Amino acid sequence: MSGEYSLKHSVNRAAFFDGVKVGVPIALGYFVVAFALGVQAKAAGLTAFQCGLASLFCLASAGEYVGFTAIMEHASYLTIILATIVANARYFLMGCALSQRTSPNLPLGYRATVALGLTDELFGVSILRPGFFNPWFAYGIIAIAAPAWSAGSALGVVGGTALSPQWSSALSVALFGMFIAVIVPPGRKNKVVASLVALSFLCSYLAARAPILSEWSAGSRVVVLTLVLASIAAIAFPIADDVDDPAQKDDSPQKKEQENGRA
Amino acid sequence: MGERNVYVYIFLMWFATYLLRVVPLTLIRKPLKNRFIRSFLYYTPYVTLATMTFPAIVEATRTPWSGGLALAFGIVAAWFGWNLFQVAATCCAVVFLSELFLV
Repeated sequence: MSGEYSLKHSVNRAAFFDGVKVGVPIALGYFVVAFALGVQAKAAGLTAFQCGLASLFCLASAGEYVGFTAIMEHASYLTIILATIVANARYFLMGCALSQRTSPNLPLGYRATVALGLTDELFGVSILRPGFFNPWFAYGIIAIAAPAWSAGSALGVVGGTALSPQWSSALSVALFGMFIAVIVPPGRKNKVVASLVALSFLCSYLAARAPILSEWSAGSRVVVLTLVLASIAAIAFPIADDVDDPAQKDDSPQKKEQENGRA
Repeated sequence: MGERNVYVYIFLMWFATYLLRVVPLTLIRKPLKNRFIRSFLYYTPYVTLATMTFPAIVEATRTPWSGGLALAFGIVAAWFGWNLFQVAATCCAVVFLSELFLV
């Protein structure tokens, strides 16, 4: 059964290199963001090696930031566990969503290794691809993005101010641009999705300004807003039984290009 | 307070993060039947990615205006079918160019 997921299959090889291709802009964005993270790690007293190690394994921006802050404050081991869980709770939701796009036959080992690299960006580019989620696509992304994330944060410890403010400001929006490219196109065909994206922007802005909520971490606000808004949308506009593959209904040039690339 | 080991801290950070990622991916092995849960998970990526994007994008740049312009141009580019890389590059270019005048 697991043979169909072997790299000997040309489909999987193509998916891997597809992942590497998609991973290039992710890696560039990571490198810049990780740089800033390294500055925080340095403040917490971590060496470049320790920071690079933490980044290579954790692959989480907000989660690592919270962790480094806890290290700086000499927090208890229990505190750092709880803080990391709160900051990263959205990964649990992403894992649930991705599980629904994964073949029931995908062996445990593949699931466990994909989970190592389940980041916002990997989720963003994988979740709306047509067909079942291919683990090799994820491996391709991780192969190029994880080293960039790790190296960027380690370099941030060594020389946090090496990148000029103009460039770091410009490159800091690369990741958001990728998110926009994922959530906007399906809204052309689906008014509910378009409205939901607009509503999410609005609520996220209000939550960031509201009393109490604004004091939470951004990661916690994402979790709460996702639970509330996706629940409302699910109650008000439940999906039809046959709609389980939104990406296949999307005929934007980008999706076509991806499909051609996979063929 | 005794000295705590940085490597233990790092291990715990990794462990907590990995747990959140691996539990749903390994335990949910079948398509869920419940219509509410299926609908909820269908809408989840849109809300999650949208709330992560805004207002964070206007807080990441040197002035909120350049981040706001990047958001607007990014939405237009994505609407007209530009791909992931093109939209990301558009956002970066808009911030760089607009900050020549705004900052």
